[in-house]
Amino acid sequence: MNSTIEKVILLNGGKELQEQTSKALSAFEGKRSEVIPMLQAVQNEIGYLPEEAIREIADLIGMPESKVYGTATFYSQFYFSPRGERTVKVCLGTACHVRGGMLVMEALEREMGIKSGETTEDFKFSLERVNCVGSCALAPVVMVDDDVFGRVESKEAKEVLKQSDPEV
Amino acid sequence: MTQKFDRIEKEAREAWEKSENSNTPHIYIGCATCGNATGAQSVVKTIKNKLDEKNIDAVVKEVGCIGMCFAEVLVDVIKPGHPRISYHGVTPETAEEIVESYLVNDDHRPDLALGYFGEGGPDDVEHIESGDVFKNQRRVILKNCGIIDPENINEYIVHGGYRGLAEIIGRKQEEIIDILKDSGLRGRGGAGFPTGRKWESCLRPQADQKYVICNADEGDPGAFMDRSVLEGDPHSVIEGMIIAGYAIGSSKGYFYVRAEYPLAIKRLRKAIEQAKEKNLLGDNILGSDFSFDLEIFQGAGAFVCGESTALVMSIEGNRGWPKPLPRPRTTEEGLWGKPTLLNNVKTFSVVPQILSNGADWFKDIGTEGSPGTAVFALTGKIKRSGLIEVPMGIELGKIIREIGGGILDDKKFKAVQTGGPSGGCLPEDKLDLAVDFDTLVKAGSMMGSGGMVVIDESTCMVDVARYFLDFTFEESCGQCVPCRQGTQQMLEVLNDICEGRGREGDIEHLLELGDSIIKGSICGLGQTAPNPVLSTVQYFRDEYEAHIKDKACPALVCKNLIIFQIDEEKCSACGRCRKACPVEAISGEKKVPHKIDQSKCTKCGICFSECPERFSAVERLTGKEKLAAVSGKEG
Repeated sequence: MNSTIEKVILLNGGKELQEQTSKALSAFEGKRSEVIPMLQAVQNEIGYLPEEAIREIADLIGMPESKVYGTATFYSQFYFSPRGERTVKVCLGTACHVRGGMLVMEALEREMGIKSGETTEDFKFSLERVNCVGSCALAPVVMVDDDVFGRVESKEAKEVLKQSDPEV
Repeated sequence: MTQKFDRIEKEAREAWEKSENSNTPHIYIGCATCGNATGAQSVVKTIKNKLDEKNIDAVVKEVGCIGMCFAEVLVDVIKPGHPRISYHGVTPETAEEIVESYLVNDDHRPDLALGYFGEGGPDDVEHIESGDVFKNQRRVILKNCGIIDPENINEYIVHGGYRGLAEIIGRKQEEIIDILKDSGLRGRGGAGFPTGRKWESCLRPQADQKYVICNADEGDPGAFMDRSVLEGDPHSVIEGMIIAGYAIGSSKGYFYVRAEYPLAIKRLRKAIEQAKEKNLLGDNILGSDFSFDLEIFQGAGAFVCGESTALVMSIEGNRGWPKPLPRPRTTEEGLWGKPTLLNNVKTFSVVPQILSNGADWFKDIGTEGSPGTAVFALTGKIKRSGLIEVPMGIELGKIIREIGGGILDDKKFKAVQTGGPSGGCLPEDKLDLAVDFDTLVKAGSMMGSGGMVVIDESTCMVDVARYFLDFTFEESCGQCVPCRQGTQQMLEVLNDICEGRGREGDIEHLLELGDSIIKGSICGLGQTAPNPVLSTVQYFRDEYEAHIKDKACPALVCKNLIIFQIDEEKCSACGRCRKACPVEAISGEKKVPHKIDQSKCTKCGICFSECPERFSAVERLTGKEKLAAVSGKEG
């Protein structure tokens, strides 16, 4: 078993993806208009959209898998590979941009050893940019899951990660 | 209908008065996203614990955002017989002090207070409504935000809520639309289309079903007005939508909300439930034969879905692709092919007040062509960031100087950006412009939905233009060539300019591309995407030329055009920059001035911010000659 798959199963607490997908989709009728809510429900449950889930949604609605996939890839909210336990989101809305958000992003990339959009090898953290979390007065803003760090300076990147995970 | 509503209102008032007039203090804590981000929830917890510990009976309420983001966490205290005192920058520690000093010992702590609201406050505390932040504002859409508990429908009702709805049920649909037309209300989503006319064109078509959609897909980076309204006063938007449903003959409405706004979604859900319980929403509203139901649809992160046809495609379960012209209007053929009325959050939220106060009341605010108020998220390099509401026609400079308190760190103002990725940047000599839909467009920018980002001398305008183009390029749906390819070409030219590869003729090239994209794109995203570039070229052409001709970034932002250097004369060899440098590019030891190895330097700027101000030894250089001199010295 390769290490990625092993970790995915670990992340999922050993539960089968199939089982989780079915659970997430149990409340839906299979209407065409439910595609996006279904994708959201699966991602809430599993953390990303595995191929199996796309197939299951396609079956339920009775539309080609490619169409479901085509819809899902259009929206930036959806992920197609496993994510880290915690997601570091660097806000690059206009207010954060003019107050140096990009320098913070670069500092985090350096500290984490990954680029925006990637996940660390140990699946602890994913890093991504977001366009405005609506806390512009605190710019530049970094969020780690739901924890918000405001007025972050690039030299504080390490500190932000440390506060989120003492082992860093 | 009003009789039934009178009963509901009476019950709400009784419940409210029971809590309000009880002889206990009330504590209001600003718990919108911005407040929570600053630590409001831990303040709530501390206050509740402290009240328990001291055995004080008090009502603690989590309210929405009053707009003074710069002063978060905000805690307001009303002691019976005293005005509302507002405390700013509250931490769990000062929260304990406030409870101890004010509630236990009757010391109102002027040192921690921002000011007071209402009449008869203590002399040593500022009267907030007559201070700079509030005196220039006119709060209509935001009137309840930060004042009422958004999770309690009774408070909304007591503050005049749902009265507008009760009064229109039973009236002729045309009459309602006439009031809106007469009021001159224009859509608050950005384009400013007359709301009454839109409603009218949705009333006209005969159909077995029509839909009302609230566009809460606030994707403009640097804007959070709609979120604040949904979090702080959700019932106002719901009421506006129900009224719209009645006026156009629709029984079903959707909220299309950005998925990144979890708190807004939570509060909306709760508000919908409460309205249903009171028979203000659902079947046979207030005993009439009018039924209306509301559903929340969460967006999935696509800026283009703010465009009406794309939004409709998205609810239907497709990629959010705008429909190309020629196409029927959404008001004739929208969701599932049925007539659909789509308005912005703020448009719906102001409708109930127009109906209960009359069109003339609304026309008295603002200007003739743009009546009413404008809500802005005032951010960027400004002292007092926050959410503000001003009468249309107010001078742009007044917003920045008085309400915003001027530029952060007393730097020099350079520009103000409105309208987000569709808007433009206005320079200092435009600060005397009146803020309204038409004036801003004439000046090369636009109202937009309400983002207002202030830019100072340390921001590079070419970089700002590149930032917006990068955004629209990423968010272009890819359907039409002018937008998909055009924004990419513009972005590449801008990248070249910012990275030192700019060539003569690049500016003209940008203007030509911009013109083609505007003319050739099928939807609003493409048709406005070049605006940030066009307006910065118009007003800041010299910055573009400096980048192209002198390979210089006057604001010292563009990395490829600047170099960090340590002035040996000024360096006191304290070692702070050396230790802070993440790539070990700085060498030096005690008593030996430090030096930056340019081949290792990634220009992160940490040494610049680490160097103590009294030395200011780290300097940034730009321009062909200076850069050549530094590399010459090294080489």
